[in-house]
Amino acid sequence: MAGQYRAGVGLSGNVPIMRIGLFVTCLTDTLYPETGKAVVALLERLGHHVDFPSAQSCCGQMHFNTGYRREAVPMARGFVGAFRDYEAIVTPSASCAAMVHEYYPALAEADGDPGFARGVEEITPRVRDLATFLTDVLGVTDVGAYFPHRVTYHPTCHSLRMMHVGDAPYRLLKEVRGLELADLPDATTCCGFGGTFALKNPDVSAAMCADKVAAIRQTGAEVVVAGDNSCLMQIGGTLSRLRAGVRAMHLAEILASTGGAA
Amino acid sequence: MTEPGTMPTYIGMPSFPGAARTAVADSQLRRNLTHATTAIRVKRQRVVSELDDWEELRQAGKAIKDHTLANLETYLLRLEESVTRAGGHVHWARDAAEANAIVTAIAASKHADKVVKVKSMATQETGLNEALAENGISAIETDLAELIVQLGDDRPSHILVPAIHKNRAEIGELFRRTMADAPADLSDDPAQLAAAARAHLRQEFLNAKVGISGANFAVADSGSLVVVESEGNGRMCLTLPETLISVVGVEKVLPKWRDLEVFLALLPRSSTAERMNPYTTIWSGVTPGDGPREFHLVLLDNGRTATLADDTGRQALRCIRCSACLNVCPVYERTGGHAYGSPYPGPIGAILSPQLRGITSPIDASLPYASSLCGACYEVCPVAINIPEALVHLRAKAVETQKHYAERSILTLSAYVLRSPRRLAAAQRAASWGRLVVGRGGRIRRLPPPLSAWTDTRDAPAPPAESFRAWWKRTHKSTPAGASGGTDDTGGAAR
Repeated sequence: MAGQYRAGVGLSGNVPIMRIGLFVTCLTDTLYPETGKAVVALLERLGHHVDFPSAQSCCGQMHFNTGYRREAVPMARGFVGAFRDYEAIVTPSASCAAMVHEYYPALAEADGDPGFARGVEEITPRVRDLATFLTDVLGVTDVGAYFPHRVTYHPTCHSLRMMHVGDAPYRLLKEVRGLELADLPDATTCCGFGGTFALKNPDVSAAMCADKVAAIRQTGAEVVVAGDNSCLMQIGGTLSRLRAGVRAMHLAEILASTGGAA
Repeated sequence: MTEPGTMPTYIGMPSFPGAARTAVADSQLRRNLTHATTAIRVKRQRVVSELDDWEELRQAGKAIKDHTLANLETYLLRLEESVTRAGGHVHWARDAAEANAIVTAIAASKHADKVVKVKSMATQETGLNEALAENGISAIETDLAELIVQLGDDRPSHILVPAIHKNRAEIGELFRRTMADAPADLSDDPAQLAAAARAHLRQEFLNAKVGISGANFAVADSGSLVVVESEGNGRMCLTLPETLISVVGVEKVLPKWRDLEVFLALLPRSSTAERMNPYTTIWSGVTPGDGPREFHLVLLDNGRTATLADDTGRQALRCIRCSACLNVCPVYERTGGHAYGSPYPGPIGAILSPQLRGITSPIDASLPYASSLCGACYEVCPVAINIPEALVHLRAKAVETQKHYAERSILTLSAYVLRSPRRLAAAQRAASWGRLVVGRGGRIRRLPPPLSAWTDTRDAPAPPAESFRAWWKRTHKSTPAGASGGTDDTGGAAR
């Protein structure tokens, strides 16, 4: 089935072939390269051209959210410089996308540089998380994936409440051949990651994840999927410590999966 | 009047993470909290979704509050005029000590050795009961949950349900131990417990010369005070004693009578998850032959005008104390209210307490960090307070005022690495070598401090042999550096 997706055909409804800048995020770049490779494979399979502008580094969210605003400014500038010319900027992290959408304008305003503010204004509408880029911009839900496993989906807080991805990830997962989607109880409750929260309030963070993991195990899923590697690091790290036998995977990796078929 | 206020920072209060550690380990507390917050969350969702104009109501509530706060002086003076015209007396209190002194002096002038109290956050904030006790006046809390807290020599742990941390068995035990007139065979049945409290309080209502309350709203144009409650004890305190004293934060003022239309729809659904609360008491000054003969309104600043001066932080003053944010907060659900070290716990407390008190103590510096920034609080707030935004804003203030040298050096160094693609790539190569030392089966089981806070309960991923960046460079020869030529370091974007 996946064979019908050939490079260059542009099987994305009536959307013309796009030149997409991949904003991979520092965490995925450093610790989860397979997610980045999956985004590239997926978007290329859908007929689009993907670039990785190497001037990108980090969006600055960790510093900004921990209270170190001054330190976040050069990162935000770097982001704008790296991505300014792309018609679409796609990231496998709704949280980092939300940083750009919600806080870059304020950061630029406080900085007082009109060029930086203009750059932020231009770039923000083009920054999308992977799931809604697929469903809303490209207009696809069936991406030709094959993943024969029982899966449960954790909607990450920033994807839900800041990027408002709604049911986009569910619609994508439902079209994956072989995938059995199990409902996650209390799905919209935070996993307890919260960036430096996980280190500054380790007991509460762990208590939150204990409940998240209990809910995941209740589903009988062998894979928990989410759209953000930061939350997956928290959930996956806890599952691994418990030897729970449940794997944490990024949505991109499932959508890219064709089970060996080309 | 722009100084920070004073509020009891409970003696020896550790910072939030320390207090939370104890709370998280308390199995009874965890069960009580999960049970109570889950029940009210579900109910709230149901009653809110009945209204198809909820979002409009919410935006109206926000707009009315913002307008009022922007013209606070005008409306407070109008309120003073209206209350005075209706026969009440208005007092202005700069801080907690002034408010307590005013109330104590009035009560003492009535030769009262006892006062009955309606549940009130403002007087919790000022520590009024303790101030009265120092002057030989005992304050009787008449709200059932506040009574439970008072009998147990405990502290409230929730804005609306102060005894949420106690279950019925614990309350039954407490009543049998501390309530002299409780029936000998009192069981743990909630109806029996309520009946015992009712009998216990009835005599206090009839004997009290002075009643003390807060108010949910104060209407400037009519001079009306509004108390919204469930039990009816408030109605007793507000109508039976000869003298009534209401301590009200200055941000409680509403311009017009009609504004209540919005807030009396928002508040009950958000707080007790009811379409309408059982008792709403509204009074304007004094009415001969009906209710108190003397009415005093104490308008309390206590850090509010200082909060108002902060563009981002001032939204906390929109709060109508419904506590919906507490009930949906995954952090509050696991720690309870005591860990927040303030009468205002939960997400709203985490942004209100550090502003009202100023960020000077370890607890106030830690409160803005007592959140995973999940945003559930903002989603349910009936006056659309963007609590995550305010938290992040206050974190920046905490960083300015606190000297966390170790944290600052780690974050400065990491910023130096992360803002430069070249340095990030170098760090990734180093990490990749490091995996050979610490990684086992792709997992790291133990890291040194401060990262041990992570590996104490979670495995960490071992760095891969090759970062994404390195993979791309190896497999894609002609990579564009970026739109503006991708200079290293800052990206050199806009300047």
